[in-house]
Amino acid sequence: MAAATFDQETVPSPWTHRNLLDLERLTPGEIRLLLDTAALFKEATAGCRRKLSVLAGTTVVTLFFENSTRTRTSFSLAARRLGADVIDFSASGSSLSKGESFIDTARNLEAMGIDAVVVRHATPGTPHLLAQHLSVGVINAGDGPHEHPTQGLLDIFSIRERLGDLAGVTVGLVGDIAHSRTARSNLWGLVKLGAKVILCGPPTLVSERWRELGVEVSHDLDAIVPRCDVLNLLRIQFERQNTRPFPSVREYAHLYAMTRERLKRAKKDLLILAPGPINRGVEVTAEVADCPQSLILDQVTNGLAVRMGVLWLTCGPRDAVFPAGEPS
Amino acid sequence: MATLLVRGGRVVDPSQGIDRIDDVLVRDGLVVAVGHSGTQPVGRVDETIDAAGLVVTPGLVDMHVHLREPGREEDETIETGTRAALAGGFTSVACIPNTEPPIDTQAAVEFIHQKAARADTCNVFVVACASRGREGKELAEIGQLVEAGAVAFSDDGSPVHDAELMRRIFEYCRMFDKPFLAHEEVLELTAGGVMHEGLVSLVLGLNGMPAAGEEVMIGRDIALAEVTDGRLHVMHVSTAGGVALIRAAKARGSRVTAEACPHHFTLTDESLRGFDANFKMSPPLRTAADIDAIIAGLMDGTIDCIATDHAPHAREKKMLELDRAPFGILGLETAVGLAVTRLVEPGRIGWPRLVEAMSTLPARILGINRGTLRPGALADITLIDPALTWRVDAAAFASKSVNSPFHGWTLQGRAVATIVAGRVKYRLGRG
Repeated sequence: MAAATFDQETVPSPWTHRNLLDLERLTPGEIRLLLDTAALFKEATAGCRRKLSVLAGTTVVTLFFENSTRTRTSFSLAARRLGADVIDFSASGSSLSKGESFIDTARNLEAMGIDAVVVRHATPGTPHLLAQHLSVGVINAGDGPHEHPTQGLLDIFSIRERLGDLAGVTVGLVGDIAHSRTARSNLWGLVKLGAKVILCGPPTLVSERWRELGVEVSHDLDAIVPRCDVLNLLRIQFERQNTRPFPSVREYAHLYAMTRERLKRAKKDLLILAPGPINRGVEVTAEVADCPQSLILDQVTNGLAVRMGVLWLTCGPRDAVFPAGEPS
Repeated sequence: MATLLVRGGRVVDPSQGIDRIDDVLVRDGLVVAVGHSGTQPVGRVDETIDAAGLVVTPGLVDMHVHLREPGREEDETIETGTRAALAGGFTSVACIPNTEPPIDTQAAVEFIHQKAARADTCNVFVVACASRGREGKELAEIGQLVEAGAVAFSDDGSPVHDAELMRRIFEYCRMFDKPFLAHEEVLELTAGGVMHEGLVSLVLGLNGMPAAGEEVMIGRDIALAEVTDGRLHVMHVSTAGGVALIRAAKARGSRVTAEACPHHFTLTDESLRGFDANFKMSPPLRTAADIDAIIAGLMDGTIDCIATDHAPHAREKKMLELDRAPFGILGLETAVGLAVTRLVEPGRIGWPRLVEAMSTLPARILGINRGTLRPGALADITLIDPALTWRVDAAAFASKSVNSPFHGWTLQGRAVATIVAGRVKYRLGRG
């Protein structure tokens, strides 16, 4: 399947990284470039449905040390949409269970002549360590509670699609901030693009220390709902918690679930995001998840576009050739 | 036996209040005198070391070293660890009993003494387990271990979790006038932690080890030491709050002493931003304010001494993910350089205080007959070039491991000769 619109146009790319490890260390310009590139691919693939061949001959490995379905599928599909070959490599069933270090595993894959590694790992910094040891591109698909840059980008992409420029937009990130890589990537991306960020949840999940980065911290969802343009409802990561940070799911939902009642007190055009998988009834009730302002399914589609953009910028040819259109 | 003359160095010996350009005369492994050889007859001299421009100190004593043997010989052995000690200017080390098996029997103490004798490097003093098997459940046979030569007791690597047992250890050790060396950590507060809990851990999404995890335990142990009149030595103090607790306890007259490690007065939690496991140790690297408090504690004597917590780990163990890599950092071969660079050169402490912190006081706390150049003392002597700037090369370490975050750093000050019982055991450039 060839691209319908593919006007070969050479654009000098300000993207200079082989890797995408986190959003914290990117400049606002680099984040905009990632978003703009994603928009181009969304358009060129007719909403991510059509296939291109711009990465034909490229091999991308998804190296997942932690279970994932949607992120991995999204990356695989994005790579295939660009014409790349994809190999899925899971920790279980490999030599990792025989005690091989993750660096050795990655080096072995590299020796097979791959071009990029999309890595997910339960330990923060693992993609950064891989990037130091490998000469191929490394894309972070989630490193423990640290960052999940493509998730942050796709959330921001989805907001930008609706609201345009993010400067002055108030975004509430609600829930398990302590254990959420999505929260951290959103936070950096949003702050760099000029949005106002409010972190909201119980003090056991939202540290006061976040204020040192210039973001607002609130423990009262009802107080912040009327001020927000966007709410991003983050999943409670039961699996990462040492001790329970709240007495019961019931009490958590009572204080922090986004319900129809709370929606009534929000701005009329409030946008609702939730990175999957969602626990319906915990962070968000079913009726809110399915309401017209919910971008939950947009997020999934845009995830493909963002990952196409990221793959193309990190492992595409250095003399960058964009599909139709120019980055704004 | 032989006569050795160390001529013309700046002799700094706080045990005698000496800080002057002078000679040290050694005969048959003992110090004869610190005195000007030009004005008094010294007789036949077999070897003369020109120490002009060097600082001459009683041999340095590191009271917190993990030699790893028995059980973890892939990380370090008694021979390689003591060679690293000599290269760092240490003539004596106290080895910590968290080996496999732990040092909690007379036979195990004897094993270390024999291995050390065979290595024939520096002096090795044995710290033995305070609890049997280092399990924190019941007293180790402390009396038997004292008979075998243990100089202090510690479950380091772990805290003594049970407060009642901790109290018994203080009471029981008092009978032998031995100190308990405390690893202060409330494990419930640090579970799963890999670094200091603060803004950096929050941003990196790494599990934090709060300062309170150390301070709560220091507070408990000071209270227990006071109620038992026990001897508490707080190992590797890393927090401002810990320094304050120790200062207050000393002001009350408690028998509390403390040590700080060079990395804790040099590096902060910001170092973890590169996710390099060489920066992972317990207690963790803290903040700039904690560094200031530790340096202030070393300046006013709240913190008695500098110890390295030398903790070698084979290279492959540190190449793991940050949460799987073990805690620990090499210390023996960079301690003098870091202390001179961070403390002496900026004028925070003078040479006499540095020598006190690295020789006089650790020897006194351990109750060993070292740390002095008094006439008749065993001639353990360290010669330090205070002006020498050098580049840290972990690959050139005598240690078997390379897990030093200071690799590539340029430091000022280095031991150039290490003399144990009158024999030159190490000279820089000559191995």
